Amino acid sequence: MKALATPRGMVVAVLLIFLALLPVYAAASGNAFLLTLFTRIVILAIAATSLNLIMGYGGLVSFGHAAYLGVGGYVIGILAKEGITSGFVQWPLALVVSGLFALVVGALSLRTRGVYFIMITLAFAQMIYYVAVGLDRYGGDDGLTIYRRSQFAGLLNLSNKTVFYYVCLILLMAVIYVCWRLVNSRFGLVVQGARSNDRRMRSLGFPTFRYRLTCFVIAGVLCGLAGALLANHTDFVSPAMMHWTRSGDLIVMVVLGGMASSFGPLIGAVALLVLEETLSGVTEYWQIILGPLLLLVVLFARGGIDGLLAGGRRA
Amino acid sequence: MPDALLQIADLTKRFGGVTASDHITLDIWRGELHAIIGPNGAGKTTLIGQLTGELAPNSGHIRFDGQDITALPVYRRSQLGLARSFQITSLFLDFTALDNVALAVQAHAGHSFRFWHDARREPELREPARAALDRVGLTRRADVRVANLSHGEHRQLEIAMALATRPRMLLLDEPMAGMGPEESARMVAMLRELKQELTILLIEHDMEAVFALADRITVLVYGRVIASGTPDAIRANAEVREAYLGEQQVVAHG
Repeated sequence: MKALATPRGMVVAVLLIFLALLPVYAAASGNAFLLTLFTRIVILAIAATSLNLIMGYGGLVSFGHAAYLGVGGYVIGILAKEGITSGFVQWPLALVVSGLFALVVGALSLRTRGVYFIMITLAFAQMIYYVAVGLDRYGGDDGLTIYRRSQFAGLLNLSNKTVFYYVCLILLMAVIYVCWRLVNSRFGLVVQGARSNDRRMRSLGFPTFRYRLTCFVIAGVLCGLAGALLANHTDFVSPAMMHWTRSGDLIVMVVLGGMASSFGPLIGAVALLVLEETLSGVTEYWQIILGPLLLLVVLFARGGIDGLLAGGRRA
Repeated sequence: MPDALLQIADLTKRFGGVTASDHITLDIWRGELHAIIGPNGAGKTTLIGQLTGELAPNSGHIRFDGQDITALPVYRRSQLGLARSFQITSLFLDFTALDNVALAVQAHAGHSFRFWHDARREPELREPARAALDRVGLTRRADVRVANLSHGEHRQLEIAMALATRPRMLLLDEPMAGMGPEESARMVAMLRELKQELTILLIEHDMEAVFALADRITVLVYGRVIASGTPDAIRANAEVREAYLGEQQVVAHG
């Protein structure tokens, strides 16, 4: 209960209650758009949380993280198009393929540092983007409509918007919990140690590469899950899902919310997307307002919104 | 002939036209404290880099306890029991002192593919870490973030981390660099205690400390070993005096 007494604990608690009750409010007020918006926010929060694992805790700025959104989404889309709509097949496959893709990207990119790492992750994301553009059978540039959402043998009806929202929310909570356990485990401390001082980690006797690679793959798998959800949410996949600007959005969410914090990416996703929604209603050039805002966060609140709430612990 | 724990044979390292290690041959005996001295640019840090595996020699061999380790990566050498402390403090600044040492313990407690349990609550990591902090006198600073510790405390923590890996041999790269006289004296006392149980290779500029602690001393100049022997023999060596000690009057009557 002590954690709840801090401003940060209270904001997180209020946010979670708000998210839990949102469908009730949306139904009562008849505002269906709100539910759609927040489903998207929750899904992208899963993606941002997975990015935080390698970027916040691992110190590795992946500039191609949206690629896993796309890979996860396309697995759902392609299988649906080929007539395989069972979620029990689609979802595990989406996770496995995302993980394998992350394994390849990580095995090459993790041998580099800094700018080179950013460039290689970006290059892979661009590559997979153009692969998707070239998939004529699956819509190419125009994308692919999904006519049937993943089927779970009558256990879950994902076409029901409220049910789908809660599935996403529960998965988000599960992902945040799993990441929290991970970063405090032996494995997580090795990954964080390597962020802080990779050279020292190796001289202590840690083969850091294999731990970082594992972390990279876990992040890819979790983001693949977000991709599978996103495909079901929009009933549509297209190369735009993995455009590099989408990877940039994910980075912004993590930085805005707070790197290396459990709820930071969720806070960042809510802040960014709600801001985008309201500001774009005011002006077409809403990014003119977002830009300086981000600048302020980076300059004055290194721990993001979460860091501010925690009282500048990281400042 | 005493038993050598670390054998360096004909080790050569060139950087472009500069030969930083010039056919260095040297045995470190089991149980001794062996000091390496030499003027700036003599190649001491280059030598340490090759011993720990951060630098690959152009030729020559390194054997640790009979095993050829010349081509082993850094982490494997650490796992064999070769621990080092860094000349420039190299710690995990955003962790507490205890976290730092616990990581060192963890490095030698099997693999770290353990994803679920809170590592900060594992007694088999925390207790040895506390014991290592006790040994260097940092018990009361265990929960302080490393970024908030003093320079002297950083140096002590470096030693605690090296100890926590349960090494058979310590490579200490200028452990007294930047320390005041009082802190230096404490470090000398600590090293005197450690040499009872560990083989130590010490690189140090503080001549008083070196001559007080070392069983044998090797003098390195321009990457070459110009002399190796007991402190008395080194003090009496004419070539050494000319090359190096002449400037340091303190040694002559130290």
